[in-house]
Amino acid sequence: MSRVTEFLQHFVNGLSVGTIYALIALGYTMVYGVLKLINFAHGDVYMVGAFSGYYLGIVGGGGEPSFFRAAYVTLGAMIACALLGFVIERFAYRPLRHRARLTALITAIGVSFLLEYGFQLSPWIRTPVQFPPGPSPRFFPPLIDFGGERSIEILGATMPKIDLLGLGVALGLMLVLQFIVYRTRFGTAMRAVSFDPQVAGLMGIPVNRIISWTFMLGSALAAAAGIINASSRPKIEPLFGLISGLKAFVAAVLGGIGSVPGAMAGGLLLGLTEEYVAGYTDSSYRDAIAFTVLILVLLVRPAGLFGRVTVEKV
Amino acid sequence: MTGNGLILQVRDLRVHYGAIEALRGVSLEVSQGQVVALIGANGAGKTTTLRAVSKMLKPSTGAIHFQGEDVTKLPSHALVARGMAHAPEGRGIFLNLTVRENLDLGAYLRKDRAGIAEDAEKQFSLFPILAERRNQVAGTLSGGEQQMLAVARALMSRPKLMLLDEPSLGLAPQVVERIFSVLREVNASGVSLLLVEQNAHKALQLAHRAYVLETGNVVMQGTGKELLASPEVRKAYLGE
Repeated sequence: MSRVTEFLQHFVNGLSVGTIYALIALGYTMVYGVLKLINFAHGDVYMVGAFSGYYLGIVGGGGEPSFFRAAYVTLGAMIACALLGFVIERFAYRPLRHRARLTALITAIGVSFLLEYGFQLSPWIRTPVQFPPGPSPRFFPPLIDFGGERSIEILGATMPKIDLLGLGVALGLMLVLQFIVYRTRFGTAMRAVSFDPQVAGLMGIPVNRIISWTFMLGSALAAAAGIINASSRPKIEPLFGLISGLKAFVAAVLGGIGSVPGAMAGGLLLGLTEEYVAGYTDSSYRDAIAFTVLILVLLVRPAGLFGRVTVEKV
Repeated sequence: MTGNGLILQVRDLRVHYGAIEALRGVSLEVSQGQVVALIGANGAGKTTTLRAVSKMLKPSTGAIHFQGEDVTKLPSHALVARGMAHAPEGRGIFLNLTVRENLDLGAYLRKDRAGIAEDAEKQFSLFPILAERRNQVAGTLSGGEQQMLAVARALMSRPKLMLLDEPSLGLAPQVVERIFSVLREVNASGVSLLLVEQNAHKALQLAHRAYVLETGNVVMQGTGKELLASPEVRKAYLGE
């Protein structure tokens, strides 16, 4: 493999992983924006997204893989996770809204454990699907059949079509989100709540409803990330959201927690950094890279790339 | 609706910050079309009263009626929908948004785009300096300009009652004049005002009625003229 090809191959791989981090990081950053809470259960919502896709794929599984099926499974999982996000906020976090911030943070870790270990229980529902899935890995069903070649080659670099499609969908979702946040009434309300929830209320903005919608939006994006990732790397199990969730959190901090463009940039940058460092040194360093990045960001620029360095004006 | 001509009626309002009781049973009334002033020393509970009325804070006990309706349990946004606007202390401007975007947020619940644009122009004619800065990020405004923006933004919801917290705090005398003359115009157009002011003299001149707060209690009330003439008020709050 030539050097150019190798570089390009890493770039494609890094981009593909990076968009997954970016989609998850968006959920962290939006929720942090409106609640100033790190929702540590978010990585597990990503896991639930992949499993929702898995179940929808099996139940609606009679049909052949097709674009229609992929769209149905993806949208279904996004809706399922949006509802999950709604429930988590409504019943776990809202009752603690006015308590010390640490209380909500610890609760987030509790919700995370609930999902991780709840999904590892042996199934009590057996038909039409086994739920909970239990601890052993499951294999995500193929949603799309590209027919013939599964990959294309550009300058010698191999790109699986499923990854390209995933990349396209992820970038598309980010564009849609960018539009929602900066061009719609809901987005304006969300930014106002994120700046100051009390004053947002004085503008007539229904703060609780905006917070619910923000959770739902972030969770739906995590579900999409879960589907995109599982389509490319189909082995899924109840703990796989943990490490991706942590890395996406690092991506959000890298970009500047609370900043939407920051989460996108942070995710892509982290994915690329991981891929290049692992590719050119030793791939066993891969999981250490994110945390090295986290330490560096916190030391050098704690506000992150896009973070406001807040200037208090009296 | 109100049979008694009251737009706001607050009864026995108590607010706690942890173990500290900041309001110890405040009762007050604002009649339709009136300007009511709350005066008192720092820490007397003036700001807390406004915040409890607009639900920036949750009152511990007490009842709040707005236009005859019991709104004690309603959240802020529901009060805005019913015609209450609050320009908070410290102004509460969205510093990361432009002047125009701040005004648009003040009209968040309104759907009539044309009416909103028209009202924004109206604010710009009341405060010409804001018109010059309409596309500037609000964080770049001076304190006085931000205060004008807070008043203008509160007007954007077409309120029936406006709560104003220290609109003259820290401002140059000309700016204070400007704001008070706008408030007089706003009141003349039929909007009732509940005004918290440390500038007791200006507040009492404008107010139909006023309440004096001391350590979370109403200790005196009367018409603006009566309180201006009262020896205690003159001594304690007018610096005589």
